[in-house]
Amino acid sequence: MSIFENISWDRFFNSLQYMWQGMLCIFIVIAVIIVSIMLLGNLTAKKPKDDLEKNQ
Amino acid sequence: MEILIESIEWLFTNENGWKYVVMWAIGGLLIYLAIKKEMEPTLLLPLGFGTIMVNLPFSGALGEFIVDGAGNILRDPVTGGILFEEEGALTTLFNAGIANELFPLILFIGIGAMIDFGPVLSNPKLMIFGAAAQFGIFMTMSLAAIFFDLPDAASIGIIGAADGPTAIVVANKLKSQYLPAIMVAAYSYMALVPIIQPPVIKLLTTKKERMIRMPYKGKEISKTTRILFPIIITIVAGLVAPSSVALVGFLMFGNLIRECGVLDSLSETAQKVLANLVTIFLGLTIASQMEATAFLKWETLLILGLGLFAFIFDTAGGVLFAKLLNLFLKEKINPMIGAAGISAFPMSGRVVHKMGLAEDPQNFLLMHSIGVNVSGQIASVIAGGLILSFFA
Repeated sequence: MSIFENISWDRFFNSLQYMWQGMLCIFIVIAVIIVSIMLLGNLTAKKPKDDLEKNQ
Repeated sequence: MEILIESIEWLFTNENGWKYVVMWAIGGLLIYLAIKKEMEPTLLLPLGFGTIMVNLPFSGALGEFIVDGAGNILRDPVTGGILFEEEGALTTLFNAGIANELFPLILFIGIGAMIDFGPVLSNPKLMIFGAAAQFGIFMTMSLAAIFFDLPDAASIGIIGAADGPTAIVVANKLKSQYLPAIMVAAYSYMALVPIIQPPVIKLLTTKKERMIRMPYKGKEISKTTRILFPIIITIVAGLVAPSSVALVGFLMFGNLIRECGVLDSLSETAQKVLANLVTIFLGLTIASQMEATAFLKWETLLILGLGLFAFIFDTAGGVLFAKLLNLFLKEKINPMIGAAGISAFPMSGRVVHKMGLAEDPQNFLLMHSIGVNVSGQIASVIAGGLILSFFA
């Protein structure tokens, strides 16, 4: 069957739900990763106090 | 001599004979682009040479063909695959390395070991553009769904991931019969990023926006953060999209080898020897699917067109999202960096940097654009995993 005989607008409209679900999921996952990195950065950041103590 | 005459005769008398000659030309073109234009030579050269190998009449590289009385190659009525009396080297390689997604996943270890996530870790907010630039994948999937069944449409959409291994894994897992065309599109357009992106970016931004400066405040990243980062990404992505664990996990494992500090020799091997070795086999093996009668179809042209569309909409998605954020931000972002969210690493980051310099020689966007570019790599793998969870 040629591709032009297989044209279906139903499939197009059906796929739109995957589009918004997919984009939403990616934004959520990336947002969680961003928050994790920021927390991780804060938790593992060298405190200036430690350096001060070392120097002393 | 007799065999030579038989082969030439077959090319001229068989109804599909001309298609094989066209495939030689396509193989030659891929080799030309790889050598002369330096377009993704590591993949296009083996792909081009492999294309010529598999399109020689009754190529032993594929196997011993079963033919009917008219000299036509017999195919499996269900899968459409060529039927062999005995498999050849390329068919064996395909079954051993691509059909089970082994080669692309191993390649991901090498890619992970090559990537420095430092720019993202020092400014994690940039990752949001990596997410926005995956819009092209889903937009293209919806457009492709007009012509193709949903799993095939999703496999075509993933060309927009601008990431060869992800495209192979997704198309293969969704059992798409268009894998070779998807591969050629993904890798060719990745090489064409410096040509595709600038006009789209220029069309969507004003000169004033392109001149926005973004001073870089480099932050020291602790070793603990660098080590925990790949582990956290794998866990988060794996919990949301379990199908993405292999993709994300192999990429992040490669990065963990790089960052742990105790496996330098393994990291070096993964970056160079392992990645190069797999790439050689990857190109040749994918070529095994570029047999003339399977490749020369209208669908292939349509897939190439949709692939271009995916790259354009990825770029547009990133730029427009940055412009949207600018409506709410006090410190404006140069919207061009949104375009670097496409995961073609590092080409896309460099394109944005060069465009910034062209508008203002003092505007150094490289660290931001590379940060976004690296985020795109992560986001595209997650997008691949999501598509697998939807359709696999």
